[in-house]
Amino acid sequence: MKTDLEDFRLETRKWLEENCPASMRKPIKDSTDYFWGGRNASFHSEDQKLWFERMLEKKWIVPYWDTKYGGGGLSREENNILTQEMTRLGCRKPIFSFGISMLGPALHKFANEDQKMRFLPEITAGKTWWCQGYSEPNAGSDLAGLQTKAEDKGDHYLVNGSKVWTSYANKADWIFCLVRTDFDAPKHKGISFLLIDMATAGVSTRPIKLISGKSPFCETFFDNVKVPKENLIGTLNEGWSIAKYLLTHERQMIGGVGETDVRKELNEIAKESLPMRDGQLVDGVLRNEIAVQEMNDSIFNMTIQRIMDEAKTGVNAGALSSFFKYYGTEQNVSRMELMTAITGSQGLIWEGDEKEAGNQARLFCRSKGNTIEGGTSEIQLGIIAKRILNLPS
Amino acid sequence: MALILNDEQKMLKDSANEFLALNAPVEQFRTLRDDNYTPFDHDLWKEIVEMGWTALTIPEEYNGLAFGYVGLGQVLEEMGKKLTKAPLFSSIVLGGTALVHSTNEGLKKQWIPALMNGNKRIAFAQDEASYFDPTQIETTAKTTKNGYVINGHKKMVIDGQGADAFLVVALTDEKEPALFLVNATQQGVSIKNDILLDAGTYSTLSFDQVALSENDRVSEPSKGNALIQQINTTAAICLSAEMMGVIHAAYSQTIAYLQERQQFGKRIGSYQALQHRAAKLFCEIELCKSIVIKALKGLDEGAKNIDELASLAKAKLGLTIKETTNEAMQMHGGIGVTDDVNIGFYFKRARVLQHLFGDYNYHLNRYAKINKY
Repeated sequence: MKTDLEDFRLETRKWLEENCPASMRKPIKDSTDYFWGGRNASFHSEDQKLWFERMLEKKWIVPYWDTKYGGGGLSREENNILTQEMTRLGCRKPIFSFGISMLGPALHKFANEDQKMRFLPEITAGKTWWCQGYSEPNAGSDLAGLQTKAEDKGDHYLVNGSKVWTSYANKADWIFCLVRTDFDAPKHKGISFLLIDMATAGVSTRPIKLISGKSPFCETFFDNVKVPKENLIGTLNEGWSIAKYLLTHERQMIGGVGETDVRKELNEIAKESLPMRDGQLVDGVLRNEIAVQEMNDSIFNMTIQRIMDEAKTGVNAGALSSFFKYYGTEQNVSRMELMTAITGSQGLIWEGDEKEAGNQARLFCRSKGNTIEGGTSEIQLGIIAKRILNLPS
Repeated sequence: MALILNDEQKMLKDSANEFLALNAPVEQFRTLRDDNYTPFDHDLWKEIVEMGWTALTIPEEYNGLAFGYVGLGQVLEEMGKKLTKAPLFSSIVLGGTALVHSTNEGLKKQWIPALMNGNKRIAFAQDEASYFDPTQIETTAKTTKNGYVINGHKKMVIDGQGADAFLVVALTDEKEPALFLVNATQQGVSIKNDILLDAGTYSTLSFDQVALSENDRVSEPSKGNALIQQINTTAAICLSAEMMGVIHAAYSQTIAYLQERQQFGKRIGSYQALQHRAAKLFCEIELCKSIVIKALKGLDEGAKNIDELASLAKAKLGLTIKETTNEAMQMHGGIGVTDDVNIGFYFKRARVLQHLFGDYNYHLNRYAKINKY
């Protein structure tokens, strides 16, 4: 068995080296480096197209899903090896897809076989761009207070309401949505999980501009939208359990679990930008803050590894997703604050002649959303207190 | 390297937990303290030797178990939970590391078996200043016709009282720090003891014209710095493991208190102000668990960045033990500042542990220096 895995590693390494174009091994820099797939898929470069098509042919768009859904059918060990080898070579993901990272796991767990056969192969082929319809203008942290309603009209549901923070809704093909199907039940009990084609009459979107400038976020409006009944996932009025399951995956994604760290060390940037004396940063106060940040960044990365190692032995790490989300985003926010301090006036430039002018200030502004989106830090702390520490309500 | 315990290490941890719960509960700490600050219970120490804990990090050639630091770390963590008083850290982590890495075969043959079977104890004498700094050494070892003569003072010697010998850091004529073994009964050695706020006994030593032979030098010429650094690094990591136990115990007792204590007709753990503080500590403790096992594994696997890992561990644990025990005091309210409950023991022990072999500030600074900024 062990030798089989070793063979797999060598074959995988060889294949990746031969098939992953050099430009697809460089760190992601801007939005054109992402490929999202979808009905109207557009590639930003020849290499991006080549890389996607080769991985598609290899069935490695979602290597660990079942082959009957177009996955690669790899075992957990094989998939780990593939991830390690891709990380080693710096290979980009061939596609970025909420269908893979968020909806897919929920469909596997809650959808019926017909629905799986309908939706999963489209995801593994990169043909559907999915977006998420959770938050509403009046349902942010109190997500279960959502009001978008789906009325039973016999052969279909009639959906009315609006969603906010729907990333890429203006580009996506389909949306997975939480809708209220019972207004009389307690708020968690009347929610259902519905899939809606964005091309349906009555669906419209409006982009949201953030303090950092342009953003992928949108508002999405539903005005008498007819949705076939077979698009309901799981049991009617029990969508909240799907929502919670899916949020666990979202938190891990935002917290940075499973991603390679290609960021430059903070102290390296400080050494380039700030005065040194006798091999030390002259500003002792800033030096202290950098050391605290790097201490915690470094140990947080070890913690991701430790908890993944524990998960491999069967320890359930699900409840820890709130820890990852809370700590990972708080670290990112404080890191961006420090970057701004270290880079001084340079970090305040919003627009300029140079190609990368404004990047730093915009990333800084964007980071302010990290501890809010996907459940605020306060929501995560509340979940830790209740679910992990068993503190009373 | 996977950051988890293997089955044997888990078994050792479980057996240490069971043994200490039965033989050394926190009440024993209170009894020893109330009995005129007795440093430790000799019967318990014998049993600890019989359990094999003193042999865990000793190589097989000296009949040790060569089980490794991850294993010893689990024992130290369990001892931290119970505030167990025993000379395992002083004799084995400090004394054992010094002798195992020494090349003085005569001393090794004489002392390693004696330390391991608990017949003799050794104490490490390094600190001279109040603020921890292993480079501030003024004690001298002048070369004489027959060997050396030692002059100077040492403080914060752990388990110095009743030790059979001291490992003394002193500067040679070449101004190189070196390690010497000095018998406690030797002429010119005097000892004074202080009780610190953790109810532990710490010694101040004076060396007045103490004559040593050539054979009493533990470190080879030009290898003194490396050996002393090895001891300091190992000590910082093993203390971090013990601090992990103190943190776990203080935290779990505090969470239990939040779950049961009622005020304003509700359990106080239902108040968000306390919930969020408890949850933040949970996160910091998750980080502590990772760096402790990473550093212990680093010792066993000879990690190249072991000094960095040691400083990361002692800094992170130092900060978190302070935060955890402070929050433990505050969340226990009035009862927490009385001597009737045990939580104050953890608070006081934390302050000594975080000082020993460098506190948070010392190690954060060292971490930055290692990374050249």
